[in-house]
Amino acid sequence: MKITLNINNRDYETEVKPGEYLTDTLRRLHQVSVRRGCDTSSCGVCTVLIEGKPVPSCAFLSYRAEGKRITTVEGIPDEASELSRYFGGEGADQCGFCNPGIALSVYALKQAQGPYTEANIRHVLTGHLCRCSGYHAQVEAVKRYLEANHE
Amino acid sequence: MNKTKTVNTVRPSIDGKGLMMGRSAYTDDLAAADSLIIKVLRSPHAFAEIKTIDTTAAENLPGVVCVLTHRDFKRNAHTRAGQGYPEPSPHDKFVLDRYVRYVGDEVAAVAAIDVETAEAALDLIAVDYEVFEPVLDFEKAKDNPVRVHPEDDIYEMFPIGFDPKRNLAAGYHMEVGDIEKTLSESDVVIRQSYYTQAQAHVMMEPHAVNARLDYNDRLVIYSSTQTPFHVRRILSQTLEVPLRRIRVIKPRVGGGFGGKQAIHGELLAAAVTLKTGRPSKLVYTRKEVFGATYTRHPMRLDLAIGATKDGKITGIDCYGLSDTGAYGEHALTVFMVTGSKVLPLYNKVDSVRFHGDVVYTNRTSSGAYRGYGAIQGNFALESTIDMLAAKLDMDPIALRKKNMIMEGQTSPIFEIMGEGTEGTAMNMESCKLDYCVDRGLTLTDWKKTYPRQENGHKVRSLGMAIAMQGSGIPYIDMGAATIKLNDDGFYNLLIGATDIGQGSDTILAQIAAEALMCDVEDVAVYSSDSDLTPFDAGAYASSTTYVSGNAVLKAANELKAMLMKEAARVLHTKIENVRYDGTTFSSEETSISLKDLSNQLYYNDEQKQLTATSSYVGHKSPPPFMAGFCEIEIDKETGEFDVLNYTSVVDCGVTINKALAKGQIEGGVVQGLGMATFEDVHVAKNGKLITTDMLNYKIPSVKEIHRLTTEFAESYETSGPYGAKSVGEIGIDTPPAALANAVYNALGVRITRLPITPEKILKALKEKENEHA
Repeated sequence: MKITLNINNRDYETEVKPGEYLTDTLRRLHQVSVRRGCDTSSCGVCTVLIEGKPVPSCAFLSYRAEGKRITTVEGIPDEASELSRYFGGEGADQCGFCNPGIALSVYALKQAQGPYTEANIRHVLTGHLCRCSGYHAQVEAVKRYLEANHE
Repeated sequence: MNKTKTVNTVRPSIDGKGLMMGRSAYTDDLAAADSLIIKVLRSPHAFAEIKTIDTTAAENLPGVVCVLTHRDFKRNAHTRAGQGYPEPSPHDKFVLDRYVRYVGDEVAAVAAIDVETAEAALDLIAVDYEVFEPVLDFEKAKDNPVRVHPEDDIYEMFPIGFDPKRNLAAGYHMEVGDIEKTLSESDVVIRQSYYTQAQAHVMMEPHAVNARLDYNDRLVIYSSTQTPFHVRRILSQTLEVPLRRIRVIKPRVGGGFGGKQAIHGELLAAAVTLKTGRPSKLVYTRKEVFGATYTRHPMRLDLAIGATKDGKITGIDCYGLSDTGAYGEHALTVFMVTGSKVLPLYNKVDSVRFHGDVVYTNRTSSGAYRGYGAIQGNFALESTIDMLAAKLDMDPIALRKKNMIMEGQTSPIFEIMGEGTEGTAMNMESCKLDYCVDRGLTLTDWKKTYPRQENGHKVRSLGMAIAMQGSGIPYIDMGAATIKLNDDGFYNLLIGATDIGQGSDTILAQIAAEALMCDVEDVAVYSSDSDLTPFDAGAYASSTTYVSGNAVLKAANELKAMLMKEAARVLHTKIENVRYDGTTFSSEETSISLKDLSNQLYYNDEQKQLTATSSYVGHKSPPPFMAGFCEIEIDKETGEFDVLNYTSVVDCGVTINKALAKGQIEGGVVQGLGMATFEDVHVAKNGKLITTDMLNYKIPSVKEIHRLTTEFAESYETSGPYGAKSVGEIGIDTPPAALANAVYNALGVRITRLPITPEKILKALKEKENEHA
């Protein structure tokens, strides 16, 4: 079926199969930041924002995204770049495979305008498994990023 | 210690920003758009022989380009282990074989134009199996009438105790002194058996490989590997393609932890592309990562420790049984590390023995996994030390301090045990273990909580353990670096060393920048490309900072000497009169900037390329040390517990990058806590894996990790680059024992079988009650 997807404020017309998931469609459309970490929507690597809300794209049928705003990390370059400074400073960044998903979830939290409590931050990061960092540094990095960047 | 500008600072990874921004970087991002998709038919049986395999229907399916079975491969026994050559692992694997030895073993591979076609083709392959009774219990594997490897064309490269007729992949025995005599003469002897489970690596990026033939008909492989040079060698030997025709490129890798030291999809992708001439790719599903790569070796360790009444440890005896699964990758070396990087912690013993077997079973293979045997051994030894302290009615800290290894000391084990071979004698030139212990006591306010603080049915307690690891494999694994000066005065650092997320590109650039007195941004790093970078054994055995780091430092110093010589020529003076501040060379009379000197060298006068290449092989493997403290709150009615804080005090020499070193420790600690608390690979009675996805195999999330406290000791290893030792593995070793000791301190029950779950704690409490009743 032919559908139109709005990805990072640009329309893409593409052919998808009815059972196709958004991760595969986005990768085919060269949104390579969207990667597959598991096949059970458990890990958070494939996270994208649909209408501003974080969603595991590996469990979201592509045709259902038609007419909705899809944001990948390529759509928030300034925020991702800024967040990376805090990750680097805290020793929170390693292999980077989970980071685009985290950047999107943190962006969504920031858009929701707080409160940026540690509980809130932890709640957001619960959806993002990471095997490198041990999480503690991630929590600290996100906390500092939000403290420095809230409007 | 000289003041350093770049080394021993906090700085972000050089690739952190690009990766956060989602740039194309990992293996699957870089596959050719028209790659054939490879899917693998895997065995549904734990042990079977393929009687017939009919691929006609699959081959006739439109869109299928090629189907491979064992008939398509010459029988070249190899090991996937990804180690130096000759490998200390048996050559017991074939690309595809008539025999399948675990549920998930490769039966056939299909290459098709898309995923759906490839998967549909798998269903059309008709296989007739003769199914055998599998060997699943590793304690019944040795001399079992069922032979996991009945074939006769497999072999060891040198003696490792390989005896497939007895289901033995490897075996080992060492003894210093007379352990039986020592134990019989000891005032106190503690004997205890321990079981450690299979743990899955669960790196976030599944194993991925893609292959293509370039315009010169050379085979180019992109792989998410920890060992690109070993991959090239194994591909060449196994597929009989000349080494000169293969190029292996390691792009960014989404974590490895040992799970990507071995080769997994590379052989099939290479075979498909060589056969079809078309690009191909194989990306493992998460189910395949769980079921058809590796786990940590499960072990049983029988430990005996003897001591005098006043707490001098007299002897340690350890028998181990290790389960290597279907293939013997890392069988001997992981087992040896269980002794060699654990037992020297208590170096003042009269006798020590370490021996045992590594057996084949019909389970997913075990392989390299961060800690590499040391975490298993540490759990057994450091649990038993606390048991001994309890028996002697002695403070466990005092017992450790009295017996543990100290700076300037050695252990005979270093000389006897290497990795698959003899070891290397060494003194501990840097060992701040005593500081690590003391600092941990302060940070955790040990005296206030130890052994427990009760509050109704909630109990708070602390437990601790000490650990050591190594820094590379001396006299075996080499790292090399090339540094190239460019016009405008910036550098390329070309290294074989393999960044898999740990940040080695960054810390090696820092080492180069420190020596060349420039900014890290002036060093453009390119790593792990078998055509373009010099050799490096790869990212394993805590090697990179120490081994590859030393190579980088040597190369940088050589290039700096060349620059000084050229500057002296241009400034018409002797080298000893040239001063350099990082940007300008000056003599008494005149000066020239690095930028101008470089431009002259390439464009104007006495033109020449300045490049330095250097390499390093360790002459020893200086251990990093750590004291780990686990603070828990446990409910004595339910056995449920929370790890409130895990405190690590680490001696890894000088940290090249404090942020990245902390990341290594904390990531290791949390993986160790996962193993200590709930991670467990479950296999059904028929050998089928139950934990095939992240829902059934849980790894720690941020929910379980409340707080981590990480500090580094002031320490300087003279043989390391700028005083550094390695730091990749040491963090993982202490959590199982520290948690077991904390549980004992809280409730008086000792859990000896990992993982330590509330159910096991409750059961032990019940048994304790029954004893008293």
